[in-house]
Amino acid sequence: MLRFVVRRILQMCLVAFVLSMLIFVWLRSLPGGPVSAILGERQTPARRAALEAALGLDQPLHVQYLRFLERASQGKFGVSTKVLPGEDALQVFLDRLPATVELSLLALFLAIALGIPLGYMAARRHGSAVDTGAVIFSLVGVAVPVFFLAFLLKYFFAVEWNLLPVSGRQTTGLDATRVTGMFVLDGILTREWDASWDAFKHLILPAVALASIPFAVIFRITRASVLDVLDEDYVRTAEAKGLTARVVRGRHVLRNAMLPVVTTIGLQVGGLLAGAVLTESVFSYRGIGDALATAFREKDYAVLQVLILMGAVIFVLVNLLVDIAYALIDPRIRTR
Amino acid sequence: MTQATQHSSRPGAGSSEPLLSVRDLRVTFQRQGEEEFHAVDGVSFDVRPGQTVGLVGESGCGKSVTSLAIMGLLPGRGNRVSGSAIFDGEDLLTLSPSAMRDRRGSEIAMIFQDPLSSLNPVISIGRQVTEVMERHQGLSRKQATPKAADLLERVGIPDPKARLLNYPHQLSGGMRQRALIAMALACNPRLLIADEPTTALDVTIQAQILALLKELVVDTGTALVMITHDLGVVAGLCDEVNVLYGGKVVERGGRHGLFRDPRHPYTVGLLNSIPRLDAARGDKLSPVPGSVADNLPWTAACAFAPRCSNAIDPCTAETPQWEGDQVVGFRCFNPMGGTR
Repeated sequence: MLRFVVRRILQMCLVAFVLSMLIFVWLRSLPGGPVSAILGERQTPARRAALEAALGLDQPLHVQYLRFLERASQGKFGVSTKVLPGEDALQVFLDRLPATVELSLLALFLAIALGIPLGYMAARRHGSAVDTGAVIFSLVGVAVPVFFLAFLLKYFFAVEWNLLPVSGRQTTGLDATRVTGMFVLDGILTREWDASWDAFKHLILPAVALASIPFAVIFRITRASVLDVLDEDYVRTAEAKGLTARVVRGRHVLRNAMLPVVTTIGLQVGGLLAGAVLTESVFSYRGIGDALATAFREKDYAVLQVLILMGAVIFVLVNLLVDIAYALIDPRIRTR
Repeated sequence: MTQATQHSSRPGAGSSEPLLSVRDLRVTFQRQGEEEFHAVDGVSFDVRPGQTVGLVGESGCGKSVTSLAIMGLLPGRGNRVSGSAIFDGEDLLTLSPSAMRDRRGSEIAMIFQDPLSSLNPVISIGRQVTEVMERHQGLSRKQATPKAADLLERVGIPDPKARLLNYPHQLSGGMRQRALIAMALACNPRLLIADEPTTALDVTIQAQILALLKELVVDTGTALVMITHDLGVVAGLCDEVNVLYGGKVVERGGRHGLFRDPRHPYTVGLLNSIPRLDAARGDKLSPVPGSVADNLPWTAACAFAPRCSNAIDPCTAETPQWEGDQVVGFRCFNPMGGTR
């Protein structure tokens, strides 16, 4: 098991390295570029050349990349020009991270807590009205674009019915102590229950919007996987042993059916990061997705670079955890 | 059962009350928009304590469906079961699902064909053995573990304590089947149903597993229903044989009688399709021609008639009736031999 984990971590480092290279090259192939962004309307050929030399952009690409690696290894990813002018780009990421983590965790929780039980039920009642209804519901979940769903939720629940806050992470002017930067958790840690509850209310709509696609995918995979496992000989063996319905369901059906679902959940984290860009923008929720959208619009290259790179690292990291979870569930991986 | 004392006197056919008495068992599958299919069409047989009864036939003859119906393991929808299966005075077919759960694994156990797919790949062998005892004997996992090791040892698995921690993919095919047998025997069932337990195994392993089953049946007095397509298995193990065709028993007899003097042409066909060591060089095997797809409906014919070398006029016009009793008999208008 230890060997498995070490091997996966080494693989992960390699993946992160290759990713950093791809992102680096891709960003530099975009039209415009940091020099145009900084100089704006005041650019002349002479000024461009001077600034390019000052920033080292006149060097060949591989030299630039090596310099980037060297500085990145010291934690320096450049300075933000637009999102948080003058601030270290990495700091922008760290500031925004807790908000997006909080939002993604709630969205993922919703997707799993609804998707797995519903998928199991639909499979158990294969072909029934419950099954058909759930399948249609999940299709809608995938088919409706996230930003559109976000607008609908906002329009009805926040504007028309005034049930939940329209935007932001917490009511402005609310006096709350910051500990982790995850506002709901902070409120719990400091026993400021009203602050926690307020932050939670702000989370609900964006989390529901963000959860729609992962929910639909987890539901579909669970349903298909349970249907497969129910036909397996070992489930019949479990029934032949006279085990209680609960043990057959939990130990024999669900545990095996969860294998593809666990993989799917890992992959959905990538979707969550992408979805966060749309959801956070609609709800003016100040997380990584919102920062990424701003950085793109305003051409803040340093922030863009660090956010995309960190997003990729998070994705790889989550999938490492998924692989470990997979090995814990499936001894065929662990003992190979 | 009051004949507990007779458990030791094998084979005991006819000498005691049946432990399991199946009467006119019918299983009909009904899929939407398709015609009904009678997978089992009025099967009756008895199994006495300590006796080994074979259900023999080729794929699709209804032998596995018969066993699943007795176990209450047929899929919940799309089938209809009628008739009776009296086990120890109770009709298994009318028991509630929860009462049936109480008996499965404790009083009636089953061994399946493919030991790899029949074992849960993500649960250790030990857990899969102990869970039966936890369920039916009220033992804790800790109490059941040494018993599980004993069981593995009893079915011939070397180093049983280490094997408890193994997962199915770490065992060989033969070991897996032994582990499945250990699970089936965990609660000392009175009836064991083995559905093609050796089909997925190498020939040498087959012989070992059969020897093991025979030994266990003799030692414990467990009644065994042996489902197989292999008459070689029957010859080595069964006291009584039921030959199934198209969902009906077409011939029944004691092992010796059946092999010496088969009456139904299908039984003869099955016997002729076994390779023999004492056959002359160049002798060809004579398999039964055609396939079950050629079957006629039993309602107004003998299902086997299109494939039968002995068929006469009534075979395609009337349903042949059972000639005989619960011990010996056949279902044929134009039987072979007849010295029995």
